[in-house]
Amino acid sequence: MNKDPRQLLTFAVKDCALAAIAVGRRAQNLRELRDHLTDIHPGCIYYHFWGGLLRPHFDDPEYNNDFASWARHALHDAPLAERLGVIDPADFPVMEALRQELIEIIEERLDEGDYQTWARPDQQFHFVRAQTISFDTGRRLTRPAELAAVVPTLSLGSIFYHFVDARRRGPQGVDDFRTWLALFGDRYDELRARLAEIDPYFIGIATLRRQLAQLFQEHLDSGGTA
Amino acid sequence: MSSLLDAYAGVAGPDVIRHLRQLAAPLAGARVVHVNSTRVGGGVAEILTDLVPLKRELGMDARWEVIGGGADFYQCTKGFHNALQGNRVELSAALLRAYEETNAHNAEELRAVLADADFVFVHDPQPAALLRHIPARRGKWVWRCHIDLSHPYRPVWKYLRGYVSGYDASIFSLADFAQPLPHPVYLIPPSINPLTEKNMELEPVEIDAVRATYHLDPARPLVLQVSRFDRFKDPVGVIRAYRLAKAFIPGLQLVLAGGGATDDPEGDAVLAEVRLAAQDDPDVHVLLLPADAHRTINALQRAADFVLQKSLREGFGLTVTEAMWKGKPVIGGDTGGIRLQVVNHHTGYLVSTPEGAALRIRYLLQRRERLQEMGRKAREFVRENFLLTRQLREHLTLMVGLTHGMQDRIDLG
Repeated sequence: MNKDPRQLLTFAVKDCALAAIAVGRRAQNLRELRDHLTDIHPGCIYYHFWGGLLRPHFDDPEYNNDFASWARHALHDAPLAERLGVIDPADFPVMEALRQELIEIIEERLDEGDYQTWARPDQQFHFVRAQTISFDTGRRLTRPAELAAVVPTLSLGSIFYHFVDARRRGPQGVDDFRTWLALFGDRYDELRARLAEIDPYFIGIATLRRQLAQLFQEHLDSGGTA
Repeated sequence: MSSLLDAYAGVAGPDVIRHLRQLAAPLAGARVVHVNSTRVGGGVAEILTDLVPLKRELGMDARWEVIGGGADFYQCTKGFHNALQGNRVELSAALLRAYEETNAHNAEELRAVLADADFVFVHDPQPAALLRHIPARRGKWVWRCHIDLSHPYRPVWKYLRGYVSGYDASIFSLADFAQPLPHPVYLIPPSINPLTEKNMELEPVEIDAVRATYHLDPARPLVLQVSRFDRFKDPVGVIRAYRLAKAFIPGLQLVLAGGGATDDPEGDAVLAEVRLAAQDDPDVHVLLLPADAHRTINALQRAADFVLQKSLREGFGLTVTEAMWKGKPVIGGDTGGIRLQVVNHHTGYLVSTPEGAALRIRYLLQRRERLQEMGRKAREFVRENFLLTRQLREHLTLMVGLTHGMQDRIDLG
């Protein structure tokens, strides 16, 4: 979003790319995973929850975060995988709260059993952190109606930046589209409510782009509120 | 004239290309040098053939340099390759001296280019020692390791780490492949170029002609493995899997197609083992193809019902990506980068033994509808994740990141 008061109503379209950086720490069992989580770089937690949206992954993964997937496929601990898999990182305004939730769930699981499951040496959990590079595309929107035509042409990085990454950047924890539409008073309240219903966590970014495009076309493309 | 990037837009989408142009804008004019040890043969040379022109088209002054050496040098670096993948390989002082002297000699020849570059990407161990000979360098040096370093033979890794530690960053294909290093370790899987002869669409008549050339019966099932004749690719295990499956599918044909790489002195010995294992079976076709037989490999991949890549160790396995791009499911070894590409039961099957491969061969040839569905999924999976545009984007991201420091977020405005 453009912070210049003179251009308050202008939406600056940005884009981003993630670099994945291995931090050199790995876990072979649940206790090691817990120990690493206590002080691992917060960028790692971000990457293992959200990074999947922008890196090679299958369109319909069984689990939506790397911790749950590892619990299932390396530790073969289905109950733990289910508990970790249900965590929605969008529910946590700051990364530290998400870190604590992870640790709580893992400690609960450790308390439940006196066994210690080990992953095979070639299936260790490798901590990776994200480095986000954002840049200005030079595109500017001055009217919400433009979203209907522009969103289908945006890169996946732009969609990620404005709809997913925005929740981490702003104090409100909402996407950039809703923040911008709010500047136009209550005119777009219904559209903002519909945007709030889209959960980016369970769909790929390409699907998210299609859903957003469809929503903007329904609300803005027919000469209605636009 | 249409540019390479425009051509890519037709496959990957215009949004992807616009994204690349904007990400590359801060790097305009940057002098970028890639260095490896062979111009032809092997996955690294193929990647650079495509990556370097694309970087030029994005405004960088990119070039590709190849170091050369004698037989001792290549014997040493082949030893490195095997040792880094876990084999116990003892390298004599004479071979190590050949390695060091070859790097010193090549550093002298390339000094001006390397010292002035803004970014130098050094691929694999062969040229890794160049850095030590260019103390007055101005740019960022990145070691790109295409090898699975998860379980290296320690004495050899210890020797090479002494050279690699001095780099500003390194790149590995997967986190599992990486070793701890005193600099940022970036993770970038490799990719394929869908526009090259190896991956472009072919007319059916051309595929038929290749079948005819190699005496392959179009009426009978055909499975294929494309790889160097290298023990880590387990070509003998593939023949064993074929034999187990052929007991149930008498018409089955197998093609083992291997290219030679100029930096692989063991290829001949492994090829001899493969021919011995084939025992003159007329349905086992062992093809030693020249390094530029890209169209032939393309046609063979398209002619096959599906593809095998039964590696015991694999860096990434670009032949898997290539086959999947052609809509072929892959029966792959449960190792390395094959795991990232073969999603079990979706884009193919991961196997650990010849017996496992034989079982899946029989299954796929019996369940043709599953074979077709998995092939479709495989192609889309590659389109979204393993085309060259994605790798290029991650290279650009790394270059911008290295220029701006290691903070979590870099806002270019």
